[in-house]
Amino acid sequence: MEKILVGLKRVVDYNVRVRVKGDGSGVETDGVKMSINPFDEIALEEALRIKERGEATEIVVVSIGSGEAQQQLRTGLAMGADRAILVETAEMPDPLSCVRALLEIVNRENPELVILGKQAIDNDNAQTGPMLAALWGRPQATFASKLEFSGNSVRVTREVDAGLDVIEVDLPAVITADLRLNEPRYVKLPDIMKAKKKPLDQVPLADLSVADCPAIAETNFEPPAARERGIMVDDVAGLVGALKDKGLL
Amino acid sequence: MAKVLLIAEHDGENLNPSTAKCVACAAEIAAAEIDVAVFAESAESIAAAAASLESVSRVFSSENAAYRGGLAAVLAPQIVALAGDYDYVLGPSTTFGKDLMPRVAALLGVNQISDIMSVEAERTFKRPIYAGSAVVTVEAPAGVPVVATIRTASYRAVGTGNSAPVEPLEMSADVPDHTRFIASETGKSDRPDLQSAARVVAGGRALGSEENFDLIYKLADKLDAGVGASRAAVDAGYVPNEMQVGQTGRIIAPDLYIAIGISGAIQHLTGIKDAGTIVAINKDEEAPIFEVADIGLVGDLFNVVPELTDAVD
Repeated sequence: MEKILVGLKRVVDYNVRVRVKGDGSGVETDGVKMSINPFDEIALEEALRIKERGEATEIVVVSIGSGEAQQQLRTGLAMGADRAILVETAEMPDPLSCVRALLEIVNRENPELVILGKQAIDNDNAQTGPMLAALWGRPQATFASKLEFSGNSVRVTREVDAGLDVIEVDLPAVITADLRLNEPRYVKLPDIMKAKKKPLDQVPLADLSVADCPAIAETNFEPPAARERGIMVDDVAGLVGALKDKGLL
Repeated sequence: MAKVLLIAEHDGENLNPSTAKCVACAAEIAAAEIDVAVFAESAESIAAAAASLESVSRVFSSENAAYRGGLAAVLAPQIVALAGDYDYVLGPSTTFGKDLMPRVAALLGVNQISDIMSVEAERTFKRPIYAGSAVVTVEAPAGVPVVATIRTASYRAVGTGNSAPVEPLEMSADVPDHTRFIASETGKSDRPDLQSAARVVAGGRALGSEENFDLIYKLADKLDAGVGASRAAVDAGYVPNEMQVGQTGRIIAPDLYIAIGISGAIQHLTGIKDAGTIVAINKDEEAPIFEVADIGLVGDLFNVVPELTDAVD
């Protein structure tokens, strides 16, 4: 393979306890730690391993977002990606417009493989992979936990509700990474220094020919209905009694 | 009158319970006429099961060998060919629906609403974000079909007893040859299915090994319960992936959920917050699972679980 494209989204860090703003206009992101979406990190790790096995030549990381997303792209470069592209936009567009922008980059770069995370942990949409594959007119293999390349195709093991599915797709294709595909590497300080010299292109979203698309309006944000803390019991007898009281035993 | 097209989920033989829950959601959309589409290698019994669901108006039954494995690249163009007459195209927010529906939405040129948890108005819905840390109200734009997946744990299955007409449906779009289904490796188990079980017993990292997970199975068998696990237990290799409960695993809503040796990370809690009663057994009294548990017991699971197993008749 000549080229693998990997999508990196800047999201609120996995460990942050997200809070809804008092006025219901969104969630609190001021001063909150931001990171690469964990599933995208797994996607990049897989691409790097494919390259390290000698099965790919170049890894390009792409993000869509504000200038701040450069931080996540630099982290991707420090992990080992060769170059980065930021589709720059002050306001995050709706998901389908993001996919159309990503498709523009895919058409410019012509990768044999696009690897994305299976979902972003902020909006939990899980849409980008299948949408990109649809508009690109190419196969998709979502929730991947294992990849085996042979010739012009890849056999993908997918984590599905019932267990594991195995499918085979021809390249070029879109793959979305699940948790157990790999464990991403840690970035070392010298790699961070080296990453500063790697190319990072900025493309204004307005320069891409992305058709307008009616967005889904987000009209209000609220905290989830809280479960009340219940009772504590001292021993198994107490537990059995409490379950019987509720008619559950 | 609003028209809904719902895509049935099945394993090649049986209709998945997710479909009856999606019908319950669709029935909340005002004046809905609900058509269910079954795409299967052998569709007859699956279509009959769909036709028996209350509130269903009509079932389309499409049979073709290419539908084996439910590949999104094969199904999406067929659904798009059928979607023209509909105001809503819906599927379950299971791995089947999450794989398929965004491909349908993109081909229709519309955005998708993922994980509907409630219907607020004809085009207004609520859905969880940030692993359930927030709930957002969303409004679909006018003039385009609503394509959405439904968070099945938020709905109770509709009843059966209906006999909606079943109409054969010819394959109307080309089948791509770039995607091939090879095999399914599903964990065959005699226990109740985790997704639909009334009772679930789940274990976490504190079990310490695959062998020790027997404690969980024994209690589950006594209770006729399904078995689940935390991500940590799956990552550690104690149990297979299909048992994972949480943000990236199964979202379930049993009447009784017993969490054993599970600390209760937010990503796990999002998978069980609709459970009727949550029981937590953990030796760490500070474990976050106790904040949401209806009944908590601080203790060593290796003592408590065998004792509980014996105490259950």
